[in-house]
Amino acid sequence: MVDHTVKAFDADIGQLRGMISQMGGLAEDAIGLAMQALARPDPQLAARVRADDKAIDAIEAEVERLAVRIIALRAPMAVDLREVVAALKIAAVVERIGDYAKNIAKRVPMIEGGSEGGGHRIEPLSLLPSMARMASDMVRHALDAFAARDAEAAVRVVESDAALDDFYDSIFRTLVTYMVENPRTISQVAHLLFVAKNLERIGDHATNVAEMVYFAATGTQMADRDRGGPDKDRS
Amino acid sequence: MIHNPSAKISAREVSVFYGANQAIDTVSIDVDRDNVLAFIGPSGCGKSTFLRTLNRMNDTVASARVSGEILLDGEDIYAPSMDVVQLRARVGMVFQKPNPFPKSIYENVAYGPRIHGLATARADLDAMVEQSLRRAGLWDEVKDRLTDSGTALSGGQQQRLCIARAIAVDPEVILMDEPCSALDPIATAKIEELIHELKGRYAIVIVTHNMQQAARVSQQTAFFHLGRLVEFGATSDIFTNPREERTRDYITGRYG
Amino acid sequence: MTEPSRLPTDWKAAAVQRRTRRRYAAERRFRLLGLAAVWLSAGFLMFLLASMLWQGASGFRQTRVALPIDLAAARLAVTPAQLSGRGADLALAGAGLEGTVDAAATRAFGAQGADLLSDGAWLVVRDAIERNPALLQSRTTIDVPVDSAIDVAAKHDGTPAAEAIVARLTARGALSTGWNLGFLAAADSTDPTRVGIWGALKGSLLTMLVTIALAFPIGVLAALYLEEYAPRNRWTDVIEVSINNLAAVPSIIFGLLGLAVFLGTLHLPRSAPLVGGLTLALMTMPVIVIAGRNAIKAVPPSIRDAALAVGASPVQVVFDHVLPLALPGILTGTIIGMARALGETAPLLMIGMRAFIAAPPSRLVDPATVLPVQIFLWSDDIDRGFVEKTSAAIIVLLVFLLAMNGLAIYLRNRFETRW
Repeated sequence: MVDHTVKAFDADIGQLRGMISQMGGLAEDAIGLAMQALARPDPQLAARVRADDKAIDAIEAEVERLAVRIIALRAPMAVDLREVVAALKIAAVVERIGDYAKNIAKRVPMIEGGSEGGGHRIEPLSLLPSMARMASDMVRHALDAFAARDAEAAVRVVESDAALDDFYDSIFRTLVTYMVENPRTISQVAHLLFVAKNLERIGDHATNVAEMVYFAATGTQMADRDRGGPDKDRS
Repeated sequence: MIHNPSAKISAREVSVFYGANQAIDTVSIDVDRDNVLAFIGPSGCGKSTFLRTLNRMNDTVASARVSGEILLDGEDIYAPSMDVVQLRARVGMVFQKPNPFPKSIYENVAYGPRIHGLATARADLDAMVEQSLRRAGLWDEVKDRLTDSGTALSGGQQQRLCIARAIAVDPEVILMDEPCSALDPIATAKIEELIHELKGRYAIVIVTHNMQQAARVSQQTAFFHLGRLVEFGATSDIFTNPREERTRDYITGRYG
Repeated sequence: MTEPSRLPTDWKAAAVQRRTRRRYAAERRFRLLGLAAVWLSAGFLMFLLASMLWQGASGFRQTRVALPIDLAAARLAVTPAQLSGRGADLALAGAGLEGTVDAAATRAFGAQGADLLSDGAWLVVRDAIERNPALLQSRTTIDVPVDSAIDVAAKHDGTPAAEAIVARLTARGALSTGWNLGFLAAADSTDPTRVGIWGALKGSLLTMLVTIALAFPIGVLAALYLEEYAPRNRWTDVIEVSINNLAAVPSIIFGLLGLAVFLGTLHLPRSAPLVGGLTLALMTMPVIVIAGRNAIKAVPPSIRDAALAVGASPVQVVFDHVLPLALPGILTGTIIGMARALGETAPLLMIGMRAFIAAPPSRLVDPATVLPVQIFLWSDDIDRGFVEKTSAAIIVLLVFLLAMNGLAIYLRNRFETRW
């Protein structure tokens, strides 16, 4: 697309998109680090993840401020308007993603502290990092689609949510079975259930981001068939 | 040519030449009787020229030549049997720079009805003047000074006087050629509100270079570029999701 | 790529200050030159007015001599009844009043006494008798106008003989001066003491009437057509150039035209205001057309657009909107044209308005003369008495001109403020 005649307008839009990318990177890192803290386990890393969430919140506030300013001062139309509105909503969603990562980190002490003899590992825990990677990839792909204004990439993100949901289902069954077989680990495994749920929610939020990217790029809503079934929330 | 029978004005394949220069290239468009239609586009794109073909004001330019068909309620306005004077009473025009006659406010509004014989008795004329000034939102401000000169009013009031003058002959269509570009924001807002009030009673076509104004006042928008009609559609569609790249570039400020 | 940097301008530098001073000096010089030009022109005008007033003022006054007259002794054969009727003038003339007056003069001033009086002196006595019939039975002294030679001698310098008479009469206290009202009421005459400007004034009025009645409508309509309706092609260009040239043609050529066409072909009466008016109308019309076209061009096109947009026909646009706005400019052009026509002499001479006309014209086809021609004729007269009359006539002409201009300016202002 050609540049705006008023170059400062381009600068503002660029700054907005940059902040979204930055937020997205921080959220992805948060997910990865939270899972690392969970797997090792590493309570100090978990504490750091929780503290770093403030940075994501701060950027969201900045994005809000800048978006409102652009609407007031630049009177954006058509594709510019859709992008600004999308950026506003995406920032809120990415902030939620960050909150989920923080929530995962919050549970690290409870899972670690509950183990007996300091070395007893919960086996199903090893499944979670792969699920986290899937969710994290979805987030990255959705934000890449935003950066590239790529509607098709957005559709692919939405389609990949089905796989994440299936993964969640199987982890859920595994964890429940383990709880039944090892009643002493119930409270820890319950936390792991919440972790898995958080990861599944992160995937849903990534599809929300993808839907907004699609609207910003095309001006129409994504068709229902691409979104998968109406109700995937089973917990 | 196939015309839309429910449209107030139906233009098909209209081209306008000034000597050898082509100003308008085969434009086809319909004007609804209940809506406000905005013409937008960069300068020199022909929107004012096309507007002036709708009431044959181009006839005053010796070198102007118009081809194609323009129907007003099914009648060809360029047919030899069409009386230009009556056409201009049915299709009124308001100009960019307010141009009241250098006469009294009363005379400004009464002139049209008088020359068309719409009212001869003084009482009828008074009633018509009052009604036109009320519809133009000017009555309360001038009712005590109808004999003052029309040129003594402020810019916004003068423009409303010109609108009252156009309304006084009971037109079917009102053409507005950038009516607010010479006015301050408050006067502009009053005129935009007035356009909203006039909407149901007259078909209105407004040329504007202010896109936000087109977005505010119109229900349909037509984007002109280099004498051609590039895109035509509902205003909300044009400004949120235009189909044509040139339209998008113009309204997002990527033009030039 | 960066622009080469400029040093900031030092506005206080000596060179700059020098230039500033030179600039101020040039401005002052120009203003002074302009002022000098204005004063020079005004000076010439003042000189003209002053010399005209100086020379002509005396033309409005007449020298009178006190004439003792015994009407009772004259025993004129007039009854009081005849005096109250309309035949009074005739009755008194028939009764030999003129002779009685001459006799009284001879008795009062000696053998040449009758020559002392103006030829119209007895008319003053007649008017006095008509005002007061009782004079017929009395002896009285009436102030009567003196002969032209005495008049000149009394006012300026005359022949030695006349000066001597003046000295003698002044010593006796018999001379007085009064207003010469007859100057404005009488027509041309060979006697400077009886001459009047009214004939020429009326002739000028009638001629101007004919001129404006023809030139104004034709000129304005032509200007309207050329500006509003005529297509822009070679023919209209030719017409425009022709009209501009016509306005510059020497006026005597119009006289020749009048002579050939109006007098020769159409056989209209010579030296009539009708013919004079026709000739001057030909001369004035181009001026009105040019001024009219400029005034019409100056009407902003937005007014025309506004009128057309409301559904006015071309005729309505012109007469309801363009003409009222152009009227001040048209009137200005008319003033200029009419002022020029008022002062024209040459063309009217060609069509014969140079004769001696003793009676003011009563119809448009009666022979007449106009003020400038009258001035020209009097200035040519050898009689010294006509010198001051010429200047007096010039004053009348200037007053007429001022009055005409004043009327036109009043009309113009009235139309201007109305809109």
